[in-house]
Amino acid sequence: MDRLYTKETQAIFWNNNKTAIQRMLDYDYTIKREKPSVAAIVAPTSSNKFEKFFYGPDEVMIPLFKKTAEAKEAQPQADVLLNFASFRTAYEVTMEALEIGGFSSMMITAEGIPERLARKMNQTAREKNVTVIGPATVGAITPGAFKVANIGGTITNIVNSKLHRAGSCGLVTRSGGLFNELSNIISINADGIAEGVAIGGDRFVGSVFIDNLLRMEKNPDVKYMILLGEVGGTEEYKVIEAIKNGQITKPVIAWCIGTIAKHYDSGVQFGHAGASANGEMETAEYKNNAMKEAGINVPDSFNDLPAMINKVFTELNLAKIPEPEMNTVPASRRSKEFICTISDDRGEECTYAGFPISSVATPATGKGIGDVISLLWFKKQYPKWATEFIETVIKTVADHGPAVSGAHNAKVTARAGKSVVESLVTGLLTIGPRFGGAIDGAAEHFKYADDNNLSPKEFLSHMKKQGIPIPGIGHRIKSLKNPDLRVTGLMNFAAENFPATPLLDYARTVEALTTSKKENLILNVDGTIGILMVDMWRALGYEEDEINEFIASGTLNAFFIVGRSIGFIGHVLDEKRLAMPMYRHPMDDILYDVQQAEEI
Amino acid sequence: MAQKAIREYDAKSILARHWDKYFPDFTYSYETVMVQNGAELKEAAKENSWLNEKTLVAKPDMLFGKRGKNGLVLFKDQKPGDVSLEKAASWIDEKSSSKQEVFFAFDGDEPTGEPSIDMLTHFLVEPFMPHTQEEEYYVSATCVGDNDVIYMSAEGGMEVEEGWDEKVTEVSFPITATEDEIAEAIRANVPADVADADKANFAEFCIGFFKAYRELNFAYLEINPFVLQGNKVELLDMVAKLDDTAGFMMVNEWGDVEYPTSFGMENKSAEEEAVELADSKTGASLKLTILKPEARIWTMVAGGGASVVYADTIADMAGIDDLANYGEYSGGPTTGETKFYAETLFDLMTREKDAQGRGKVLIIGGAIANFTDVAKTFTGIIQAFENYQDKLKEVGVKIYVRRGGPNYEKGLKDIKEAADRMGLYIEVYGPETHVTDIVRMALEK
Repeated sequence: MDRLYTKETQAIFWNNNKTAIQRMLDYDYTIKREKPSVAAIVAPTSSNKFEKFFYGPDEVMIPLFKKTAEAKEAQPQADVLLNFASFRTAYEVTMEALEIGGFSSMMITAEGIPERLARKMNQTAREKNVTVIGPATVGAITPGAFKVANIGGTITNIVNSKLHRAGSCGLVTRSGGLFNELSNIISINADGIAEGVAIGGDRFVGSVFIDNLLRMEKNPDVKYMILLGEVGGTEEYKVIEAIKNGQITKPVIAWCIGTIAKHYDSGVQFGHAGASANGEMETAEYKNNAMKEAGINVPDSFNDLPAMINKVFTELNLAKIPEPEMNTVPASRRSKEFICTISDDRGEECTYAGFPISSVATPATGKGIGDVISLLWFKKQYPKWATEFIETVIKTVADHGPAVSGAHNAKVTARAGKSVVESLVTGLLTIGPRFGGAIDGAAEHFKYADDNNLSPKEFLSHMKKQGIPIPGIGHRIKSLKNPDLRVTGLMNFAAENFPATPLLDYARTVEALTTSKKENLILNVDGTIGILMVDMWRALGYEEDEINEFIASGTLNAFFIVGRSIGFIGHVLDEKRLAMPMYRHPMDDILYDVQQAEEI
Repeated sequence: MAQKAIREYDAKSILARHWDKYFPDFTYSYETVMVQNGAELKEAAKENSWLNEKTLVAKPDMLFGKRGKNGLVLFKDQKPGDVSLEKAASWIDEKSSSKQEVFFAFDGDEPTGEPSIDMLTHFLVEPFMPHTQEEEYYVSATCVGDNDVIYMSAEGGMEVEEGWDEKVTEVSFPITATEDEIAEAIRANVPADVADADKANFAEFCIGFFKAYRELNFAYLEINPFVLQGNKVELLDMVAKLDDTAGFMMVNEWGDVEYPTSFGMENKSAEEEAVELADSKTGASLKLTILKPEARIWTMVAGGGASVVYADTIADMAGIDDLANYGEYSGGPTTGETKFYAETLFDLMTREKDAQGRGKVLIIGGAIANFTDVAKTFTGIIQAFENYQDKLKEVGVKIYVRRGGPNYEKGLKDIKEAADRMGLYIEVYGPETHVTDIVRMALEK
């Protein structure tokens, strides 16, 4: 690897740090990246599925996952982990990601990770050939390609410091604040940086100066390198060694801060946790002298560093870097209140999931209501057998006579002189766990039993323990001998058209057991619909947890709502047609049992 | 700082608490008490009968070594091993009644360098342990480079320190070494001159010791010497440092452990302690060290790296005699936290006028921030100006500001306007000015 990041690099951002992610996207927009640099966010405690961010003037949605593994599975091309977990959890997050694999580099921002854990994490990464930036760092940047989180600060500062396009300097610092400062100095005294890394201030960091400088030596964009070290540690000597043995040949400018430390005893901690000299060799002064002797360009003080950079850069006599075109991030942006992902009325003709209405509406299109439902509810084009099944279901549940609670409500309301919509709604409002809900319940419980490999007997005893009668089982009068023909119809359709019906097959074994106990404990129409819907989605290739989500979000109920609305409207229109008077329930049909309220 | 020294008493207590886990085949009496005066020792004797029953050894427990050479180990009254409770109590009272000189380095028995002078406040009292020189051993462990290293020697006490290279066997392990690998390597490297009868026990003890060092997050752990008498172990002298960043995982393992200031080091001032407390309660970073409170240049610098660069530059250009403090605020502190930090500094710098009648200098410096909102933090500084404007004028403070980062234009404009309105001398610069150039400007005035 001769470059840390490219313009295609994408990251998984661990922790939904909105400001930092927005800064990355602003950068992406400014430098005209094709894809956002953040492909996914891991937010363990969030129940949201995405987070909105601005991309220039528009908004984009970045998917949110609870686990790193899920994010990586969904976005396998994202090979950078930006670990923004706290010092308590940063270690576990890194180790888990190393275990998952597929990452080329990880950046860890937390300061004060226990040393032993930091060492283990860094060592494990090294063995797996993963570059670790940090801990205790603001990150790294490849100008014009990819920027980690907050590095470089605001977008204005980034452009001022020429961090929006590749220059010719390779920059490595310990400090994050001074990284920014040096970028600024380099933009004033030279032509900006090609790659920059703040390695982090903790005592044990993953990649050290030499790791980054050796990579930059191989990077053709880097023409010279700047190293800003610190009092404490001996990492600078590895750089001296690499220059002596010819591993580094590009010009190096270096300075170690913390020359003041020599004036005080070890009790004064200057700067970072890593900045404490154990012995003379680790003092800033000693390191600065040693680097100077090795032929590194070392200024007399930090104040003289700009002049030194200017001198080395001028001597290199490099070609002028063309200034690329940039996008300008709008100064003020407004977040959208609503999101729509199913239909779009902004064009010539309104579309259903990308299909103009006219392309699905008329008979000539060959599309039915099942197709429209698959587009608007599931944003997919379902195959013919599935759309026909949906239509079969809707037709099957359209009505069940005037006596069921929903139809009764609708009729009573219509007779009170209310409109179609008001009457319909009172009918719909009864749909729930007791009325129509058996479809949901059957899907949920049978699927649970099947998922957990419960035998029919175990399933029955499981439901008994829960104290719930099995939803979808039982009919008032129908039995195996006197079957419900609606059920037979659905089952026949599935047998002929579905690729497979594993859940129905399972349900039939349950039915065999229940009917052996009582004749009318058959799989009823609600149960059959719920179960076949699950089989339909399985055959369409949905994951089990997607199907569970359909069940949990009430999608099955929705089929019943749409179908039964047809029947309710029929009953309402029936009442209107008959001009039936206001309904009053006969008093002799009510048991009155009213006692005088006690005083308490 | 991540690595912090703890008292010998706490080191022994931590090992004793986990003794059966790491040293299941050995016994340790853990007869040790820490007291601050003779009366406390006598009080302790009511609960620890061995203090009355056995003869004793007493020594200060204040993070420094070479206590024997400094004459600060009490093990004899008339002859070795005859120290009674009464004698130990009176010795402790005597040693703690006035400041003592302690040398940290010796050439042979001759002290070298300047002694530190301070009060002795904490003493360790243990039973006198008769044993032979042959029974004394040495073991320590620490991190060198990327590896953990165990040092083992058949000779303990002063002998090992004076003949380190010949007498010590060291074995180095990567952080990822397994317990089996470690055990095997330690068994294979038991120093040759450990008595044959003790070799197996020595190895097992060192294996447990190294496991404790790793699992209990010690940064440094030394027992010099320990005494092996079959399966009975005595820890005669211990030195330990903990990695305090692991504190959140080690609450139960370490118990109530204290990180004392080194002997001879001044205790932290109330202001430094207040900043330290504020730092521990925020996700941002607030640090303050008072170097020379009467000096005339005070710094309020944002960022760990920038603060060092300013200190370097002041030391180079003005010399350290003029530098009053070192410190930094960073990581996006709130307005309130910044105000508190600024007021702490303003209070300190306005207590006295400069002895030579010069004005004072306040450097409000910082690099170009990555994410700290400059206007927000400067609002805190302005609020502190409001409260301290008269005092700042009284001691003749000239203020030099240099900063960049998010919202810096507003921050710089606000602070300039506020200072002008209050009649404070101020010069304000942004990222176009080199970060430390304001030090030069301030000194040229």
